Amino acid sequence: MSRQTLTLVGVWAALMALLAITVGATFGPFGAWKPAINLAVAFCKAGLIFWVFMHLREQRGVARVIALAFLLWLSILMGLTLADVLSR
Amino acid sequence: MSDYVTLREPYAARRQQSDADFLGMYVFLATEAMLFGALMCLTFMYRAEHPQASALAARQMQLWIGAANTGILLTSSLFVALGVQAAREGGRRMTAGMLGAAMALGVLFLALKGAEYGLDYKDGLMPVVGHPSPVREGPAGLFIDLYFIATALHALHMAIGLAVLGTTAALVLRGAKQLPQQAVVVEMSGLYWHFVDVVWVFLFPLFYLARG
Repeated sequence: MSRQTLTLVGVWAALMALLAITVGATFGPFGAWKPAINLAVAFCKAGLIFWVFMHLREQRGVARVIALAFLLWLSILMGLTLADVLSR
Repeated sequence: MSDYVTLREPYAARRQQSDADFLGMYVFLATEAMLFGALMCLTFMYRAEHPQASALAARQMQLWIGAANTGILLTSSLFVALGVQAAREGGRRMTAGMLGAAMALGVLFLALKGAEYGLDYKDGLMPVVGHPSPVREGPAGLFIDLYFIATALHALHMAIGLAVLGTTAALVLRGAKQLPQQAVVVEMSGLYWHFVDVVWVFLFPLFYLARG
């Protein structure tokens, strides 16, 4: 296998391991931490997919910023909505 | 930037052309992220307002079908990534084969999703149709509706993704798109597929793993 192929397969293996962690944590004694663990794992998976599979690592600065700009808009949407709900 | 890429009008350099290709697709995918993001925001809000009812609703879902489907999608993304690599190396048949493998996994995902909806129907979880289960009474019912809206919208995107990959594979195989000169076609189709995968990566914990 070439080095690029090895990288892609390695990312896939990491993604499957993260899936096992997130499903496993659901049955573990983590209580209120479960949503945090699940969300953290989801961000790790998304990060791997964006960085390698979606070619962000090949891009220059401006393309990376534009590709991830939706995170800013989403955080405004979610931040303001949840600030209302959680502070009632 | 790769020298094999055909330079098109109005670009002055291959790097500039590639930037434009990727930027356009990233901006389109950002609009999709806002579409799904609003639904996810609504679900977060609902979970915060009704933690017990949401956990009760989540426990009715087919966790193992959801987990299997996550694994299937992640694996399909690997095949798409290998297809893009093959396209950049100029392997026509290899590219089409990898995209075909990803499509087979995509069809398997939709088949399992359909079987899961069948089980949901039997359990009386669906809105309007079937004999409603007592779980649907009260706030848990709306969480289940959110699950159906989000997963059905995702399944629609999967169907579009399958059409995109299928068209790309056919164009590559027929030689209508030359590899590696026009590998960008495979790259852009791949971006869409990976994005639909990322959406599922968030939907899975948001609904199936919200068991409390």
